[in-house]
Amino acid sequence: MPFSTTGGDRVWSAAGDPHSAIVAVVEVRDLRKEFGEVVAVDGVDLRSEEGEFLVLLGPSGCGKTTLLRMIAGLEQPTEGEIRIGGEDVSRLPPRARRIAMVFQSYALYPHMTVANNIAFPLKAQGMDPEARNEKVEWAAGLFGIEGLLQRRPRQLSGGERQRVALARALVREPTVFLLDEPLSNLDAKLRAAARDDLMEFQRRIGITTIYVTHDQVEAMGMGDRIAVMDHGRIRQLGTPEEVYHHPADVFVAQFLGSPPMNLLETPGFLFGFRPEQFLPEGVAADEGTRVPFTFHVNRIEYLGSERFLYGFIREYDETRVIAMLPATVTLPISIDQDHKFSVAKDQLRFFDYDDGAKIAPQPLMR
Amino acid sequence: MTESTTWAGTDVAALQRQADRRHRWGRFGLYAGAILFAFLAAFPFSWALISMFKESNDLYVKENNPFWFNESPTLEHLRLLFLETNYLTFIRNTVLVGLAVTAITLAVSLPAAYALARLRLRWGERMGIAIFLVYLIPPTLLFIPMTRVITSLGLQESLLSLILVYPTITIPISSWLLMGFFKGIPMDIEEQAMVDGHSRMGAIARVVLPLMFPGIIAVVVFAFTLASHEFIYALAFNKSSAVKTIATGVPTELVRGDVFFWQSLQGAVIMIAVPIALLFNAFLDRFISGFTMGAVKG
Repeated sequence: MPFSTTGGDRVWSAAGDPHSAIVAVVEVRDLRKEFGEVVAVDGVDLRSEEGEFLVLLGPSGCGKTTLLRMIAGLEQPTEGEIRIGGEDVSRLPPRARRIAMVFQSYALYPHMTVANNIAFPLKAQGMDPEARNEKVEWAAGLFGIEGLLQRRPRQLSGGERQRVALARALVREPTVFLLDEPLSNLDAKLRAAARDDLMEFQRRIGITTIYVTHDQVEAMGMGDRIAVMDHGRIRQLGTPEEVYHHPADVFVAQFLGSPPMNLLETPGFLFGFRPEQFLPEGVAADEGTRVPFTFHVNRIEYLGSERFLYGFIREYDETRVIAMLPATVTLPISIDQDHKFSVAKDQLRFFDYDDGAKIAPQPLMR
Repeated sequence: MTESTTWAGTDVAALQRQADRRHRWGRFGLYAGAILFAFLAAFPFSWALISMFKESNDLYVKENNPFWFNESPTLEHLRLLFLETNYLTFIRNTVLVGLAVTAITLAVSLPAAYALARLRLRWGERMGIAIFLVYLIPPTLLFIPMTRVITSLGLQESLLSLILVYPTITIPISSWLLMGFFKGIPMDIEEQAMVDGHSRMGAIARVVLPLMFPGIIAVVVFAFTLASHEFIYALAFNKSSAVKTIATGVPTELVRGDVFFWQSLQGAVIMIAVPIALLFNAFLDRFISGFTMGAVKG
């Protein structure tokens, strides 16, 4: 047991034991937020699992940050209810919600040393200096920043700042972790390492985490479940596999995936398929159950690990589509020519023509 | 010149020499300028410092060296200043008015600036502009109506008149100034402190105000300086010696009719100016330093 609080009602035991932390479920019911005329969050219902890593994903302006800020108590909902650990916290100030939040900027206090930054929430609780120091050292040890305790935030690198911010969030013994795009300030190389740090940390603490991002790679890679948001509503809530392979509507289908799902229009409905499912004839094994298309290729991007083919499909009003061929497919493709391509039948997704919602598979007629 | 030192037909070594020469002249110019300005700034002080100890004879004879003593120095003029005028009372009044004005200014303009910078209220923007407009009205226009107000309140011939009127000048400017400082402190830091266990007031006191220190110092210096140099109101409201500040007391009581008590005047001014200059110098880097640099984004 590296640490226990003195005089507290709870004991923070071994950092390696995932069941030691107080884990709470976050639930929001019919939550709305209006800023004057603008509806930022438009009736959201959402319930996290215990200890889950839940990602709120969406384009900028979709309401994901506002939703997170309402859970944190930094924004008052116009309507609706927020429950943390079964308790209605809608009217409580942020300090009473037992949450920790890491901002996009990390929001380290610039006039304090790293040690004082980490100790800040403990001071606010009125913990005595001895217990405080012990706890700061424990948290610093957990993140490998013992050597930085006397530094100021401006003397730290981006990755070090993230660790300080996480250590400060951790010492509060929060029941819920809220993270607002914490990786977007880091450069691409550092981001992968920081993501790894973050996941490692969340797995070890086992605390319910709500993570806001607009980066689908982060969302897919980190989330136990992803809530895809647009225009203040949750369009789909599911595991990364579900939202990628079985998108609930056209928005989710086109928001996830890079390049996004190809969509084709046919009388009565829309259908689509992922670029990586669109393969030249003779490459895929299950020829019998595949749907053929005539693909006119205009341009090829060679990216090393894959090739992107840009062109259009003759049968469907020359709709533009993209095919993604893995490097293992070495078949030569010539540009400005028609090619026979196909998609497995069970990889086609069908959507309603009017509202874009997912519908049952339809027969394709030409 | 060998082939390796030329590049695209240019003589690299000659370019280098030219750059070095420019650099040397640049440094020389910089230091010459700095020395010139230091001399210009120090000259009135040194002249006043010498003059205040001069005998009147020494000062008024045109043939004498104005920059040094031609007769032995004397403390007579300082004795006159301290014992035969109310100089010490003027200093005390100035300090009292300065402290009170500073306190009132901070108490009003800190919350005002915070509200204007942070709270998204419907009238916020327009209020900010209105405050800015008030600051454009010159005191010379206001002192006549202000005098009527002060007289009808019965506050003439008291320090309270100045304590109440000076904030009308300092509050708009300070609110405007502090608003900029508040806007410079990221909202994230304040919200983080609220999540970390403080109320909004607690977060402001522990996190925002320490970062506002340069702004607060600027307001203190501004309010205090105004209280010590403002002339029109101080002259219009207060006639009796016991309630004069330095700005009015020194010129009205050391110039009697057409007699100027030059040495005492010099002494009175320098004893005020030097401490203020030192104070300014001590906080100079506070004004300039980028206090929040690196706090939020790398």
